[in-house]
Amino acid sequence: MLGAYLPIIVLLVVAACFGLGSVVVSSLVGQKKLSPVKLQPYECGCEPVGSAQERFSIKFYLIAMLFILFDIECVFLYPWAVLFKRLGVFGLIEMGVFVVILFVGYIYVWKKGALEWE
Amino acid sequence: METIAIPAINMSVIAPEMILSVVAMALLLINVFVKNEQKGYLGYLSIAGILVTLYSLTIGWGAPQDGFSGSVVQDNFAIFFKGIFLVSAAMSILITDQYLQREGCNQGEVYPLMLFATVGMMLMASGTDLMTIFLGLEVLSVSLYVLAGFNRGSIRSNEAGLKYFLLGAFSTGFLLYGMALTYGATGTTKVVKIAAAAQSGMVSSNLMLVAGMLLMATGFAFKVAAAPFHMWTPDVYEGAPTPITAFMSVGPKAAGFAAFLRVLLVALPVFKAEWSSLLWVLAVLTMTVGNITALYQQNIKRMLAYSSIAHAGYILVGFTAGNAVGTSGILFYMLSYAFMNIGAFAVIILVGKKGEENNNLADYAGFGYKHPALGVAMCVFLFSLAGIPPAAGFVGKFYLFSGAIQAGYIWLAIIGVLNSAASVYYYLRVMIYMYFKEPTEDFNWVRLSPAFIICLIIAIAGVMIPGVVPGTILELAQKAILM
Repeated sequence: MLGAYLPIIVLLVVAACFGLGSVVVSSLVGQKKLSPVKLQPYECGCEPVGSAQERFSIKFYLIAMLFILFDIECVFLYPWAVLFKRLGVFGLIEMGVFVVILFVGYIYVWKKGALEWE
Repeated sequence: METIAIPAINMSVIAPEMILSVVAMALLLINVFVKNEQKGYLGYLSIAGILVTLYSLTIGWGAPQDGFSGSVVQDNFAIFFKGIFLVSAAMSILITDQYLQREGCNQGEVYPLMLFATVGMMLMASGTDLMTIFLGLEVLSVSLYVLAGFNRGSIRSNEAGLKYFLLGAFSTGFLLYGMALTYGATGTTKVVKIAAAAQSGMVSSNLMLVAGMLLMATGFAFKVAAAPFHMWTPDVYEGAPTPITAFMSVGPKAAGFAAFLRVLLVALPVFKAEWSSLLWVLAVLTMTVGNITALYQQNIKRMLAYSSIAHAGYILVGFTAGNAVGTSGILFYMLSYAFMNIGAFAVIILVGKKGEENNNLADYAGFGYKHPALGVAMCVFLFSLAGIPPAAGFVGKFYLFSGAIQAGYIWLAIIGVLNSAASVYYYLRVMIYMYFKEPTEDFNWVRLSPAFIICLIIAIAGVMIPGVVPGTILELAQKAILM
């Protein structure tokens, strides 16, 4: 039974060898002409401004979390819309329940002021 | 275009869960529209919701039915456990408001969160599909992580929340991996079908099934705080707000045992010899580690945390036996444990004051003289926890240990009784402080609100009545076992 997993193991080994191999070979064979410009995080012409390790406002996290929550709602709405006719009334009611539950959460975060930036 | 066939759904199976969820969502909405001083009323509303749910549960007693293609079942076993969850949730809610007001964190969210946690527990007790059990566990756990860190101003509470979250998520991983392996070995997640597949002797993949069982047992052992997976318990119980500690020392533990029992007794009876010996070791370790560590505690919340570990050990004794007496003993014990533990925590809340929890044993000096009624109540709960007749704790332990003896685990029963005897020392020590030490405080801050009086009366009745006349509850428990 475990034999069925052999192709996956082979794939894993090949992928690991390819990834490691290309890094090792290019560091052994490749030319190294280092300059301050080349060592910058982005080699695209943009001048780095300040350190990347700054403190972010916690509000970003809150907004991101709320975004994911309602994004998931959309993720569920799309396949339901595609199969709307075949799922019939049952699907409509179930989706209604789902949306109402999320709507309760929406009213909650709204009244709590989580959507206000200041 | 043809319509998609909808599998048979039986909404009445999850009617209690639906009622409680709707109440919780309504409370969440009401919460944002009322002023801070009125948040206490949310507690009474949630208790009303719990009572309605309890009523809807009793209708289903004796008439098991399943729904959602056999993913959920409403049998006596589930109903008995759900009764425990609801009673313990109601009692914890009764003691919550006063504590939160005192500590200045009376946010109304605590009630919906407790109700959602209860819904999760109920799903766990009902789940006959590994996925349903997992879903219930997640609903329960996520609510509890928030509840443990509910006192946002307190650094201890924050620590408890974070620790519980990290270790809980870790243990969930074990459980889920075990479920995945079980699914891989049997090709199904339904407990009944797992049993059939395991019986049909697919020898080549049995090892995978055993590995799955072991990982699931590890995950459940984390959740019920059995040694050696108990390390999170004392820190979380100590740091969490005390009413929440009361809540999560009873309900979630019972829910963990409900799911654990169903998975092992229904899905994997083929491996009974294997899991019995595994549980034997777990039971002995859990009882011994819990009791011996509790002997050294100076902080009463930590002491009760270790005592709750020890009690998980006693329950594992009945579980190891795996027979009718042991299983009904578990049900009986879990119910009486709810009353005695929440009662003890109620008194602990009253001894504390704002900013000072007064959790050290020395803080209890002379408490029994200053507040005779509360002192006597505390003694009743401690006697019951220690397993001294005529309290319910004694009857429960009696059935757990006699189940073990019937199944031939004489040594396990002996170790259990010895452990129980050792536990008397640390329970009695609290009473010694309460009655045999000179009071250093006048305890004039202790304020008995009606909610506390109701909670304590229910707790004392729940400890004494089944202790003196165990017949009725025991009959219910015997009708609720899975065999």
